[in-house]
Amino acid sequence: MRRRQLLAAASASAIVALTATKAHAAWPERPITIIVPWGAGGGTDATARILASLMERELGVPVNVVNRTGGSGVVGHSAIATATPDGYTLGIVTVEIGMMHWAGLTDLDWRAYTPLALYNEDPAGVQVRADAPWNTAKELLDAIRSNPPGTFKASGTGQGGIWHLALAGMLAAAGMEPDRVPWVPSQGAAPGLQDLVAGGVDIVTCSVPEAKGLIDAGKVKSLAVMASERNPVFPNVPTLEEATGVKWTLGAWRGVAGPKGLPQEVVDRLVPLLKKIHDSQEFRDFMAQRGFGVIWKGPAEFAEFMAQRDASLGEVMKKLGLAKA
Amino acid sequence: MDTILTALSYALAPSTLVVVFFASLFGLFVGAMPGLTATLATALLVPVTFFMEPVPALAAIVSATAMAIFAGDLPGALLRIPGTPASAAYVDDAYRLTLKGQAELALGAGLVFSVIGGLVGALVLVIAAPLLAEIALSFSSFEYFWLSLLGLSCAVFVATGKPVKGAVSLLLGLFISTIGIDVAAGYPRFTFGITELMGGVSFIPAMIGMFALSEVLRWAVGHRRAGVLVQQRIGNIFRGQLGLLRRYPLGLIRGSLLGTAIGILPGAGADVAAWVSYAVSKRFSREPEKFGTGHVEGIVEAGAANNGALGGAWVPALVFGIPGDSVTAIVIGVLYMKGMDPGPTVMLERPELLYAVFSTFFLANLLMLPFGWLAIKCFRRVLHVPREVLMPAILLLCMVGAFAINNTVFGVGIMLVLGVLAFFMEESGFPVAPAILGIVLGPLVEENFITSMIKAEGHVLAFFERPIAAGLGILTILVWAMTVRRALRPEPQIAVSAG
Repeated sequence: MRRRQLLAAASASAIVALTATKAHAAWPERPITIIVPWGAGGGTDATARILASLMERELGVPVNVVNRTGGSGVVGHSAIATATPDGYTLGIVTVEIGMMHWAGLTDLDWRAYTPLALYNEDPAGVQVRADAPWNTAKELLDAIRSNPPGTFKASGTGQGGIWHLALAGMLAAAGMEPDRVPWVPSQGAAPGLQDLVAGGVDIVTCSVPEAKGLIDAGKVKSLAVMASERNPVFPNVPTLEEATGVKWTLGAWRGVAGPKGLPQEVVDRLVPLLKKIHDSQEFRDFMAQRGFGVIWKGPAEFAEFMAQRDASLGEVMKKLGLAKA
Repeated sequence: MDTILTALSYALAPSTLVVVFFASLFGLFVGAMPGLTATLATALLVPVTFFMEPVPALAAIVSATAMAIFAGDLPGALLRIPGTPASAAYVDDAYRLTLKGQAELALGAGLVFSVIGGLVGALVLVIAAPLLAEIALSFSSFEYFWLSLLGLSCAVFVATGKPVKGAVSLLLGLFISTIGIDVAAGYPRFTFGITELMGGVSFIPAMIGMFALSEVLRWAVGHRRAGVLVQQRIGNIFRGQLGLLRRYPLGLIRGSLLGTAIGILPGAGADVAAWVSYAVSKRFSREPEKFGTGHVEGIVEAGAANNGALGGAWVPALVFGIPGDSVTAIVIGVLYMKGMDPGPTVMLERPELLYAVFSTFFLANLLMLPFGWLAIKCFRRVLHVPREVLMPAILLLCMVGAFAINNTVFGVGIMLVLGVLAFFMEESGFPVAPAILGIVLGPLVEENFITSMIKAEGHVLAFFERPIAAGLGILTILVWAMTVRRALRPEPQIAVSAG
């Protein structure tokens, strides 16, 4: 009797020990998936793929990037949030996580994730056609103010997207009604910029790196960047505050996160790894070549950052009438 | 001249050739797998290209995409599963040729005219890139609205059978394209609160379901019209191609150039090019009634067009950093990484690199002849497989393809639902091709209409204010008027099997 109990206890503890080692020491023992809520070829996809290839080298298991597009980012973001929190499904969370729940598209917000690392932020810019009559952001704002509402049109992303908020927030901060320049929705920065050159719209408030090709081609000029500092890749483009005195900054950001409840040991392994990748020459070179801004925030700061951005974006969206709640 | 020689030395360097060789094999495999597209092939290549020199990196993408677009014809012709969306336009003709025992003609035409279309696209890229990019860039939503509407009128031509049934099918496709978050206002439609539906009905599972699954179903219910493969072997695929070349020289030139032009326009790629060329081919054909019944003419023209579009799409991407299609959207990223920032200056600053990339276009398209021949040799083995084994395998392939595009079971659901729908449509004489066209073009029409209306503040006449838009608008109205007139006029009855 006693022996049997002992045996049972021993085998039970053996099982516990076995499963425990499996959970502790083994991650990662199989391929990891990184979900990207945006299409192949976009900026989010590009940054995810370089991160994945560098992670693969460090971790020794395949790291696959999977694009789950559609629904203005809702589909991919919810796929990350609802994945099993075992460390084998991670994702890239983007600025839209702080916008789509205000727009009433989903209930998801930043609380549904285990934040790991914020790695990129790109401020909005103010782009016009190269032959446009305005040479500074101040002249542009004056022209908007002195002409009737609707004279000028702007584009760069979908209705209620991040660059739409950038424009509306800028107008509001300059003391104008936020819809004085109507927004023409587009499928992204590239189609918006093409429409700018074709004469379909007058202003595109996407990030400056997104317009780099057309700026280099002499088709488009960038008047200001909505950040507190200039972009080192574009040192001649002043900040909005330098150019106009209007205090308004806004940017799109990207970070790595997992579903809520990621095991602590996975977080402890991943965060230093991501920091190492972030500091590596390969990652920095890649980001610099594309003109992507580099920023680093670890889990706690990243969570705080998301909460803060969520609140400020909600405020702008309410002011614009784009928020449901 | 020095530049050209340097460029050739880059393009023909052993390292580049090895890369081109393996990228071609990879592209053939991806293209032949339903659900895996040329875009996906490019995305998968990007991490590999991080560690390459600029020329091999871009050569890898060029050769993989060219092969993938051709290889999409293989399962299309043999199994009625378009391997990539670019093969969807003429899949019926190719498959019916196989049923008639003329698989070598369908596959050979797909191969030979893909090569010619690809070469024309590359030639245009080399000669006129800066000029054409300039023109493409002057198109705004007004012009695109008319163009997409013109594309919709292609439905009349791609449909077989009664025009009114074609129209119903087109409207069904347009309805399906409205599901999801709408392109302009960001409001969810017909989603019933299902997150997955917010992304809309993905085109690829829809296409696989409507073409391939419906064919499996037809076989399963033992219908007499179900495809019975009479052919057990494929003869020389190159035989008869010279004859085709002599018979359809105009179609070939038209397809190659039109395909290249559509590729140059941002936002439309190889798939739209194939549809439009197929419709144009039927419109100007001397035997339009044969289209859709296993006629090679449409394959010649549209097969050239989709490969031409590949080269064309690089034009705005290289000159302005504006992607011509989804493949070049990724290419732009690679260009930046390799220090070849897109812009007119890339032609001045690094001409030798650029011309080396252009050379690989020619190289890849010429390599397609032997590689494609080998691929057909391997792929034809499916014809030896008994139908009882093949059909379940096709069903499995449909599932994998529908799953692969977004890695979601939801895609499999879309494929199954639309496949069953297409089965009943075809059984009742409704052609499926117009529905597919509606799914492809619906979002383009809607988006360009809404954005134009926002810009014009609701004034409809603004659609005729810009000169190019006015011209396209008048052309569209003329085409529509002619179509209506023809539909109203009693026409001689042509017996065309729609199933």
